[in-house]
Amino acid sequence: MQKFTTFTGLAAPLDRANVDTDQILPKQFLTRVERSGWGQFAFYNWRHRPDGSPDPAFVLNQPRYKGASILLARENFGCGSSREHAPWALLDFGFRVVIAPSFAVIFKNNCFQNGVLPIELEPQMLDEWFRRVRAQEGYVIQVNLRDQVLTGGDGFACQFGVDPFRKRCLLEGLDDIGLTLENEAAIQAHEQTHRQPWQAAVAGVTK
Amino acid sequence: MPTLLDKIWQAHLVRQSPGQPDLLFADRHLLHEVTSPQAFEGLRLKGRGVRRPDLSYAVVDHVVPTSGRDLPWADQVAWTQLQALRANCQKHGIMLLDISDPRQGVIHVCMPELGLTLPGNTVFCGDSHTTTHGAFGALAFGIGTSEVEHVLATQTLPQAKPRTLAVRLTGQMPPGLSAKDLVLFIIGQLGVAGGTGHVIEYLGGAVREMSMEGRLTLCNMAVECGARGGLVAPDETTFAYLRGRPFAPQGADFEQAVAHWRTLFSDEGARFDRQVTLDISGLTPQVTWGTHPGQVMDIGGKVPDPASFREPDDQKAAQRALAYMGLKPGQTLLEVAVDVVFIGSCTNGRLEDLAAAAAVLKGRRVAPGVRVLVVPGSGQVKAQAEALGLSEVFIAAGCEWRDPGCSMCLGMNPDTLSPGQRSASTSNRNFEDRQGRGGRTHLCSPAVAAAALAGRFVDPRQYL
Ligand code: SF4
Repeated sequence: MQKFTTFTGLAAPLDRANVDTDQILPKQFLTRVERSGWGQFAFYNWRHRPDGSPDPAFVLNQPRYKGASILLARENFGCGSSREHAPWALLDFGFRVVIAPSFAVIFKNNCFQNGVLPIELEPQMLDEWFRRVRAQEGYVIQVNLRDQVLTGGDGFACQFGVDPFRKRCLLEGLDDIGLTLENEAAIQAHEQTHRQPWQAAVAGVTK
Repeated sequence: MPTLLDKIWQAHLVRQSPGQPDLLFADRHLLHEVTSPQAFEGLRLKGRGVRRPDLSYAVVDHVVPTSGRDLPWADQVAWTQLQALRANCQKHGIMLLDISDPRQGVIHVCMPELGLTLPGNTVFCGDSHTTTHGAFGALAFGIGTSEVEHVLATQTLPQAKPRTLAVRLTGQMPPGLSAKDLVLFIIGQLGVAGGTGHVIEYLGGAVREMSMEGRLTLCNMAVECGARGGLVAPDETTFAYLRGRPFAPQGADFEQAVAHWRTLFSDEGARFDRQVTLDISGLTPQVTWGTHPGQVMDIGGKVPDPASFREPDDQKAAQRALAYMGLKPGQTLLEVAVDVVFIGSCTNGRLEDLAAAAAVLKGRRVAPGVRVLVVPGSGQVKAQAEALGLSEVFIAAGCEWRDPGCSMCLGMNPDTLSPGQRSASTSNRNFEDRQGRGGRTHLCSPAVAAAALAGRFVDPRQYL
């Protein structure tokens, strides 16, 4: 996984609640078996009109937000389908950070797995960031994960919380499958002790 | 006093250490074609194998056409995805229910049907509606593709323990209503993010009286209010359902299993992080009016005025939803024209659901210009419905009787809505564009959907 320590980028405001993963990465692209190249499909139905031309009304199509890498969003961001294609698309589109009052759990886990940092802030604090990002074209935010601080281009700053384990994984770019495999003895012990006869009889009998 | 969640969690703890999430053992790992190819690819790149292919079970469901699937598929990319799943399952020795397998179906319909999900199990799957399996008293939830890779490689999943939310139902289910009406009502009450971070345990007489199929519907949609999982403690209904199923324990093993399963419930006095009590005696058929499952109302009610919501975000969301859905505040859905009826999905594609729809459809004809798709949740459901003559009712009424698959629940196969078309759908998500770009989805029960064969919403109770 890509390490995440400090990151500075242009912020873009997506002022909608309950943005679901069907919108972040529409289902018509889900048949691809690759893990890369998803950015072109991010928010596809919002970025494009039905005839395929760009929709200038959508915020990410505005020239001032071109190249944005920090997304401000509203509550329950990433709800719905568990598709990890959603964070793959965000990342490939250029976003390393999403800031919202709340996230759906599976989406949040998926972000951490891919080096995308989901940051939860109080709604009032988020309003403040929305206001600043809109007020000043080219507004950048610096995200310092080690100190857990956001700092705007104008010096406005706030703290944010993050799960300590997730923080460590991001800072060190840890491979969490590798971490789990260090517990091989414990996994084996579990397999041995949790094998009631009726459970052992189950798996595979009619395969 | 432990809750049911505590008991299952404790029994699956492989490792617990401070500063790290708990490591849980995966009893069942379910796989489908959409969320697994990149996980297998990840294993290959790292030179890792599948630790327990005997606890991994795969099926193809999302992209399969629901008619003529044995012919060459029009969608080559979807075909490639199916081939990838076949190759991966073969390479690693994983059981696959392929398109020609009579047991094939939507993953959350066909796996329980085989007796694969057992009380007290942990069930993980790269699919958010994995919550369905909680109906057996199993801890079941959706995971992302990186986590699928994690489970394949280690048969475990690092996981922070969710909080618990008890939803206590009081009062009797009124006649003619179903688990779908109930769960839509619950989501409306809790809010679309009201269960976030929690496992919901459903309690109360209405749950105890509910069939396994109803409980599966109830737990299926737990994720639609953001919940990590849904749980119903196992009881005689559960045991009777499992007895004799091919993957359930057999003979003396089964009796031993039941003895253990009887210990799986939240103890008297167990502490939940949150509790909600809902009186359901006044429940009516529910239909969504907006673009998420929490935007739901009584079938005879009036579409709400966005100004009536307290939170500015909810007001904006309601405004946007009404514009997308082409509805006005104060309107009743009973006068809204319906173009397509979809009966199926992992929410309502089981035999009981089809029977409820058939009860309404019997002796009626689909109105001209209306399309009704009936898509059984699995090959077994299809065979049973045909044996019981339900398929004849559907065909006589003018419905399309199709092969099992996810179909118009998400329209990854050719079954989609056209822009502006309005559906009465027994599926679980009414998100913008979910069933086809510009499509307008109203979620409802099988009975409500079937009654919409008239070309508009009708309270199905008048037909029963
Ligand atoms: S029927 Fe719908 S919700 Fe269920 S697994 Fe298929 S696509 Fe997902």
